[in-house]
Amino acid sequence: MKACVSPYRAVPNSNDAGVSGLCPRVVFKCKGGISGEMPSNKSVSDAPITQFVNCRILKDHRLQWEDLWVREGKILNPERLFFDEEGFADYKVDCENKIIAPGFIDVQINGGYGIDFSQASSDIRGGVAVVAKKILEHGVTSFCPTLVTSPPDIYHKVLPELRVQDGGPEGAGVLGIHLEGPFISEEKRGAHPPKFLRTFKAGGVADLMETYGPLDNVAMVTLAPELANSAAAIRELSGRGIAVSLGHSMADLSQAEEAVQNGATFITHLFNAMLPFHHRDPGIVGLLTTDRIPPGRNVYYGMIADGIHTHPAALRIAHRAHPAGLVLVTDAVTAMGLPPGRHSLGQQQIDIQGLHAYVAGTTTLSGSIATMDMCVRHFRVVSGCTIEAALEAASLHPAQMLGVSHRKGTVEYGTDADFIVLDDTLTVRETYIAGQQVWRK
Amino acid sequence: MRLVILDDYDLASEWAAKYIRNRIIQFKPRADRYFTLGLPTGSTPLGCYKKLIEYHKSGDLSFKYVKTFNMDEYVGLPRDHPESYHSYMWNNFFKHIDIEPQNTHILDGNASDLQAECDAFEQNITAAGGIELFVGGIGPDGHIAFNEPGSSLVSRTRVKTLAKDTIVANARFFGNDLSKVPTMTLTVGVGTVMDAREVMILITGAHKAFALYKAIEEGVNHMWTVSAFQQHPRTIFICDEDATLELRVKTVKYFKGLMHVHNQLVEPTLSVKDYMD
Repeated sequence: MKACVSPYRAVPNSNDAGVSGLCPRVVFKCKGGISGEMPSNKSVSDAPITQFVNCRILKDHRLQWEDLWVREGKILNPERLFFDEEGFADYKVDCENKIIAPGFIDVQINGGYGIDFSQASSDIRGGVAVVAKKILEHGVTSFCPTLVTSPPDIYHKVLPELRVQDGGPEGAGVLGIHLEGPFISEEKRGAHPPKFLRTFKAGGVADLMETYGPLDNVAMVTLAPELANSAAAIRELSGRGIAVSLGHSMADLSQAEEAVQNGATFITHLFNAMLPFHHRDPGIVGLLTTDRIPPGRNVYYGMIADGIHTHPAALRIAHRAHPAGLVLVTDAVTAMGLPPGRHSLGQQQIDIQGLHAYVAGTTTLSGSIATMDMCVRHFRVVSGCTIEAALEAASLHPAQMLGVSHRKGTVEYGTDADFIVLDDTLTVRETYIAGQQVWRK
Repeated sequence: MRLVILDDYDLASEWAAKYIRNRIIQFKPRADRYFTLGLPTGSTPLGCYKKLIEYHKSGDLSFKYVKTFNMDEYVGLPRDHPESYHSYMWNNFFKHIDIEPQNTHILDGNASDLQAECDAFEQNITAAGGIELFVGGIGPDGHIAFNEPGSSLVSRTRVKTLAKDTIVANARFFGNDLSKVPTMTLTVGVGTVMDAREVMILITGAHKAFALYKAIEEGVNHMWTVSAFQQHPRTIFICDEDATLELRVKTVKYFKGLMHVHNQLVEPTLSVKDYMD
C-alpha cells in the first residue's frame, strides 16, 4: 500500500494480477507512487498481498469503511503487516464503494440445475461439481450437499463420493454432507419416502454406521429426537463434531430441550415438518426462547426465506424472537437454476413459473428453487433487518452453527478469504474463494 | 513565538494540517532527503490527522519521503491493545496514507531493555538528521509528551512514571478501571523536542486555557513543561478561542492582529501535484 499514491497506475489485461483467474475491472499493481520504485517487500512471506480498497466490509457485526487485505488465501491483519513485517500490498483492487461480506454458506441444498444429490447417478462428483460451480453466482462459497431419506445402499454409494473439499475457481467448497433423515418421524416425513425411514436400535455408532457407512464427510444430521434411543445417537454425532439438527419431528419442547442438552445445535426448516406452535407446548419452535439450554449455547434454526415456503410474518416472528440463531437456507431442489417451463426430473415432470416449481399440471409445490442471494434480499425486505443482519444470517450464523467460524463465515484476520462483493441492493457482483476471484457478474 | 488563534477546533485543526502540508511540500522531500516529522497522539491532533489524510486522498500530499517519530508509548501495554499508541497511529493515520512502514518510529513499550530502547530512539532521530517539525499537544497541567510537571527541561527520551492525575484521567480509556491503566511510559524528553528545528503545539478547549496561559504569559517553569518552548527559536502555538480564555485581552488582540501575517504561511496551500515531473 505504502508507495501507491492515487491516481494508481492501472495494469490493463495484466496476466500477473495478484487476483488470478478472472481479471476484475480495476486491479492496480503497486509500482512506485510519485516517483521511484517500491522497496523490496520485507514480508515473512513472498506471497503477493492484495488490498481491496474503497469498500465497506462486514466486520464485528457492522459495515465499516475498511480495506480488506489478503495473502495466501487468508485475511491478513494489515496492522501486523505494517509494524511486524514492514510490508505493503502488491496489488490494489478498487471496489468502487461496494460492500464486502463473508461468502454465503448454504447448509441445506438438495441439488439444482437438474441435479439431485440424493440420486446415485454414475457421476455423483460431477453432479456436485456442476452445482458447486453455478452457486458461485449466488455468492455461495461453501455448502453442505444435502441428502434426503434414502436406503442404506444409496448412502454407502453416495457418501464416499461427496468429499469435504476446499472451494476454488471450479466451485464452492464442500463443508460436509447434510444427512436429512432417515431417522425422522413418519408423521412429519414430508416428501421423504416412508419406506426408507428408520428408527434407532440402540442409538449408538452401530445404528449410524449401518445406515450411513463411514461418517468422515458428514457435517450435519437432521433427526427426530422423539425417536427411541435418539439421545445416544445425538451424543455420538455431536462428539464427532457433526452438527445435529432437529427436524421432521413430532417432538415436544422438553424432548427438544433434552436433545439440545445432548448436543443438538440446529433446527431444520423451522415451522416446517414439526408440530405447530402451541402456547402450552410450543414444541421445537419453543427452542427459540427456551431458558432450559446450557449457558452460552445458542440454538440455530434454518429458514427458507424465498417468500413462498415461509410466510413473511412467520419469518418475522422467528427473527424477532431469536435473531442470533437465524440461518438462511435455500433447501433448493433439482429444479433450482433451471429456466421457466416444463422439465423432466427423474420420474417427475415439473413446471417452473417464476419462483415457483410445481408438479406439472398441478399447483403442488415441488420444493424450493430459491437461490441464496435472493433469500438474503427477501429476508432483509420482509424482516426490516439491517444489511448486516441479513448478510450474517447467510454467513456468520451457519459457520457458527457448524463450528467453523474460526475459518469461515467472517472476514476476521486469519480466516479463509472467502468473500463476496455486493452492491447496495445486495446483488452479488463478485465472488472470491481463498482470495481468488471465482465469479463476477 | 507565533500564536495562531482560530475560531474553533475544526479551524485550528485545518490550519495546523495546512501548515504541515506546506512545510512538507516546500521541503521537497525525496529519496535522499526525507522530511522528519515528530507526531503526538491523544484527542487534540485527531482533527489535524483527518485533514492530512484528506490531503493525501486528494493527491495533494504524499508521505512517501517522510519519516515520523512518535512522542511516547505506554510501557507493558500489548502493541495491538486498542489504547496503545501503535494502534492509535495505525488507525488514525498510518493506514490511510502512503507512508512506508520502515519510516515510522514508535517507542517499543515492551522492549526487554527499556532504557536501551530510549537511547536507540534518540540515535534514530540523530541518524535521520534531527527532526524538522515536531508536532505536540499538551495536557491540562501543561505537560508535553509524557513530561509531567517537574520533568527536567533538558530531559531526553526515557522511562517515566505517570502522575496520579494522568492515570486517573486515562482510566476512561481502560474501562474506568484504575488497575488496568499503565503507570509507566516511554517518552521523548523536553530536550528531545527542543532539538527539533521547529515545534508546533496544538492547544484547544477551555480546559487547556490555564495551561496555555502558563505556557506563554508566565516564565519558563519545569512545573509547566510546555513553557520551555519560550526558549525555542521557532515555536508555533495553534489554538482555538476557548483555549485563550485565561490569556490577557492584550495578548489575544496582539496575536489576532497578526493573523493576516500568519495566514500567509498556509495560503496558498501547496499541492504535491505542482511538483510532479
